[in-house]
Amino acid sequence: MRWVNRRIGRGNSILLGALPIALLVLLYLVAAASRHADNPNDKILPMPGAMAEAMSALLFQPDQLSGKLLFWADTFASLQRLGIGLGISTLSALLVGLVLGVLPPVRATFSPLVTGIAVIPPIALLPILFIAFGLGETAKVALIVIGIAPFMIRDLAGHVAALPKEQIIKAQTLGASSWQLMLRVALPQAMPRLIQAVRLSLGPAWVFLISAEAIASDIGLGYRIFLVRRYLSMDIILPYVAWIALLAVAIDFLLVWSSRRLFRWAHGASH
Amino acid sequence: MSALLSLRNVWVEYGDKVVLERVNLDIEAGSFVSIVGPSGAGKSSLLRVVLGQEAPSRGSILLDDTPLAPECGPDRGVVFQRYSVFPHLSVLRNTLFGLECAQAPLTARLFGGRRRTALAEAEEMLIAVGLGDNLHLYPAEMSGGMQQRLAIAQALIKRPRILLLDEPFGALDPGIKADMHALITRLWSDYSLTVIMVTHDIKEAFTLGTRVLALDKRRHDPHAPNRFGATVVYDLPLNKRQAVSAPAESGITIDSFNNI
Repeated sequence: MRWVNRRIGRGNSILLGALPIALLVLLYLVAAASRHADNPNDKILPMPGAMAEAMSALLFQPDQLSGKLLFWADTFASLQRLGIGLGISTLSALLVGLVLGVLPPVRATFSPLVTGIAVIPPIALLPILFIAFGLGETAKVALIVIGIAPFMIRDLAGHVAALPKEQIIKAQTLGASSWQLMLRVALPQAMPRLIQAVRLSLGPAWVFLISAEAIASDIGLGYRIFLVRRYLSMDIILPYVAWIALLAVAIDFLLVWSSRRLFRWAHGASH
Repeated sequence: MSALLSLRNVWVEYGDKVVLERVNLDIEAGSFVSIVGPSGAGKSSLLRVVLGQEAPSRGSILLDDTPLAPECGPDRGVVFQRYSVFPHLSVLRNTLFGLECAQAPLTARLFGGRRRTALAEAEEMLIAVGLGDNLHLYPAEMSGGMQQRLAIAQALIKRPRILLLDEPFGALDPGIKADMHALITRLWSDYSLTVIMVTHDIKEAFTLGTRVLALDKRRHDPHAPNRFGATVVYDLPLNKRQAVSAPAESGITIDSFNNI
């Protein structure tokens, strides 16, 4: 049987998917063990025991200076920045993207501007943001927004503008005004695409978050990673990276799930 | 009897390309006009100008003796071959949409008693097109024929003066097509509709129509194929009861222009 025709069952696909991950973990353990055999104090590839020990301090013991449980405080701070950034971007993408997509005069006026902003590397704007907003939360959130909102706006505007012409005409023959068309035809059909755009922007959003935290912050997942880098603390960096990956996967899963729940029609609903 | 829809010397040109030239037509209320013609003869362009999707480059179109604005409106309903239903709305809500637009300018949604009245009207219309048992399906869950039934119901609920059909049954298989022919004929007489239908299917044009228009170019310059546009070369009124098509007036003489 040709490989293109092979169908993988649900159980098997979980098993197959876990296989490379398990192999990678095994590879790491073998490498770490062999380095520790040469040098018991090796810091580059820490053993799981060392990671657990280092992490438990951050997880369960309040920091002496601030009195916070650092791991949870970092997670909370980062997720808050990410959430506000994503929220503002999503909302502006929805509003601006919809208007750009539906109304040709608005598109003609503003789409060059949006394109122009979208092609600027956001990190290049970071100094401006720090100068304008100071080193606080605003600059970090602004970096995320500037980094992902233009892409999301363009994606959504493109999707809305590509709605079949027939639908737009049909809506008008049913008496719809521009406003009604936007509200009842374009907006609902933009929603699943918006969730898709958020999913795709999640990666870049994390990049901008970690960058902003690495450069100027006193709390956050990215801040912690870059802080302990000075002590070669791979036993903290690696679990933090794994945690970020886990959070990203969880957010992605949540988005897919909610899109399927809320927009059944867009997912080839079964009979 | 004065015509419901009149086209006076209508031209459609895109730059140097002449698509339609000198189209003069009077369409009476209650007629079922089929438009046939080869590809590229401007059938769809004609439909678009009547629909208001485009303005003719010359000439005027009168509906009830008032010039039409070059914009689509609820007085002219349309059913396209595809994509004319909203994929994100259920059958019932698709049909309700037209009523909601008219009655709720700001929210485009109805509530309470007005919604119930509108729902009842939409349901009645869906039963008339044979979708009474599928009120809560989404278009993606339905066959092509059912989607076209929905598109028709959607258009008819606005009681349009004219119903425009752009190859509405072109993508359907023969059995479903026959059902749809029966349906549109029944709706046409039940609701006293005026229908203009563009089709590729000559048989369909003659079975359904009370009048068949054939579009083609009268003149053709082989060195400048876009120099001359198409116009109505045959205009055949059909007497449905006798089911005999009487080839009309000037057909043959006009055809001889092609040999120049």
